[in-house]
Amino acid sequence: MPGGENGVFASAGRFRRNFLEGRMANLRKLMVRPELGAVTALIAVFIYFAVTAGSQGFLTTEGTINYLEVGAEHGILAVSVALLMIAGEFDLSIGSMIGAAGMIIAIPVTKFGWPPWLAILVAFAFSLAVGYLNGWLVVKTRLPSFIITLASLYLLRGLTFGLTIALLNYTRASGMGSYLNGDPLVTIFSGAPLGLKISIWWWAGLTLVLGWILFNTSYGNWIFAVGGDAQAARNVGVPVARVKISLFMLTAATGTLLATIQVLDTGSTDVLRGELAELEAIASAVIGGNLLTGGYGSVFGATVGALILGMVQQGIFYTNIDTNWFKAVLGAMLLAAVLLNNYLRQQALRSQ
Amino acid sequence: MKTKLITALAVLGSLLLPIAGFAQKKPHIIVVTHGQVSDSFWLVVKNGVDQAAKDSGAQVDYRSPEKFDMVAMSQLIDAAVASKPDGLVVSIPDADALSKAIQAAVKAGIPVISMNSGSDVSKKLGCLMHVGQEEYVAGKGAGERMKAEGVTKAVCLNQEVGNAGLDARAKGFKDGLGGDVEVLAVSMDFTQTRNAFAGYLQKNPDVQAILALGPTGAEPALQALEQAGKAGKVKFGTFDLSPTVLQALSKGEMDFAIDQQQFLQGYLPVIFLANYVKYGLLIATDSVPTGPGFVTQQNAKQVIELSKQGIR
Repeated sequence: MPGGENGVFASAGRFRRNFLEGRMANLRKLMVRPELGAVTALIAVFIYFAVTAGSQGFLTTEGTINYLEVGAEHGILAVSVALLMIAGEFDLSIGSMIGAAGMIIAIPVTKFGWPPWLAILVAFAFSLAVGYLNGWLVVKTRLPSFIITLASLYLLRGLTFGLTIALLNYTRASGMGSYLNGDPLVTIFSGAPLGLKISIWWWAGLTLVLGWILFNTSYGNWIFAVGGDAQAARNVGVPVARVKISLFMLTAATGTLLATIQVLDTGSTDVLRGELAELEAIASAVIGGNLLTGGYGSVFGATVGALILGMVQQGIFYTNIDTNWFKAVLGAMLLAAVLLNNYLRQQALRSQ
Repeated sequence: MKTKLITALAVLGSLLLPIAGFAQKKPHIIVVTHGQVSDSFWLVVKNGVDQAAKDSGAQVDYRSPEKFDMVAMSQLIDAAVASKPDGLVVSIPDADALSKAIQAAVKAGIPVISMNSGSDVSKKLGCLMHVGQEEYVAGKGAGERMKAEGVTKAVCLNQEVGNAGLDARAKGFKDGLGGDVEVLAVSMDFTQTRNAFAGYLQKNPDVQAILALGPTGAEPALQALEQAGKAGKVKFGTFDLSPTVLQALSKGEMDFAIDQQQFLQGYLPVIFLANYVKYGLLIATDSVPTGPGFVTQQNAKQVIELSKQGIR
């Protein structure tokens, strides 16, 4: 019978209602994801620069590769910093790690004739040790990681400074270029496959791998648990100490990865390399929807945040804004991106 | 209706005329340096750039990284190349880190002039010329000047470690003096530098002479000297000018300041490129020396007023 409560039209109407409600529920679920706000902000920023600076080079291939490279540098650090942030901790020492690792690679090669692959391996080993130490201290003393890693920030930078000047009587190590031919490890850390610098490839790879780990493995669940409530996590058997220490080792390692890529690319390094990189990594993670308080966030969000930061930093260049106003404009745009992100997330949470 | 349409078209047409005038090629020149405008030295350079933009009618953009960062600077040069300017002006404090980006600019057909630092690599990288002061030569001049006054032991303050230009100054000073020179690495932070140098003074009360490599190092050192009661009693020279340095010179608390006339380092490259882009004119030289000029107690007062305006 076509009419009535159980008729075809009524049930068709019910089916359509349920279908729409299901769609809305899915949409709401999508909007609550940490990344949506970031992606929206990314689109907004892109449109802004495309309109105001598109003809001045922002939309060209070189222009795009340019901000992708800058985004990659933030992104390689931001993805690991995001994991650590979800677990409730900070690593302020990665910037100094970049400087230290750069010197650990450059000095043995240019001054003592080491093969580059050996210096690179030693640099990674050093960073894993430092990461372990950072993590161990945080777990053992239960002091805020902010303080512990602030101390290692100064220690590492100071040691880099002192040892470099003692060994080289100079603050720069240069001339790497002539030692790189035929070295086995150099190829995976340098070059530009398909015209995109290797840093972009590493950034994409790390995003995929770490993102997968976060959402598809029990280790990833542990990270969320540790960040949400470490004591409760411990009570249900999550190895909190091991998770935290391994994450500090990861952030230190990504710092060394970036240092390696930069030293091989520029052929030189100086004692100031990497300064303030930790702040930009944290900013990228936060813009991407990771909460400073931990327990919530995503790797993909951090990557989008890194891309936004890189796009804004380089995009301003193509506009006609006078350099005197750069920092103010950068700060304003970042604030706008974060507020938009926040607003969208609140809207989504409210509508549930 | 018809008159309205015609009026509208006329108004629109007249609005387009200035745009047509714009489209008549204002040379677009980009200046990328390693110096932040927060540094009083580079503010003078930027003033030179702005003045040259006014005088030549070119559209000039000044870009620099937020701090001394060679990776960021090479990315800024890449961005400059991507925006296809008519000319590029760069400083080259680290030839290794910047050579790829600069050579890419030259390969893209953009005329490049180097300034301030990198005089030794300028031609090799494909730049048309270098406008600046030969750092090593200037340092040597300072060293020889102090040697002539009987100095045998000196300390040199470096505020921007990693900058090849400053390191060349220090090396020149050491060779020119021929004596014992200790290089003290300080920072761009006033208090840190003053305290670091005050500590040095305490440990080395017999210091004969001081050479600062810039006002960022000289001014805190001056304060440390005043607090230790040693101002005017040790030979004290510096590179580059600032109002404080000039006051100290006129008071006799400093002996000399080496003026590299950085206003010209911002001004001349833009003028040269603008004329090259517009008319194909280029002066036939590889190097335009803007220094060293020595400012002493005798001519300090004249220079003081100009320094306050950010011209010297």
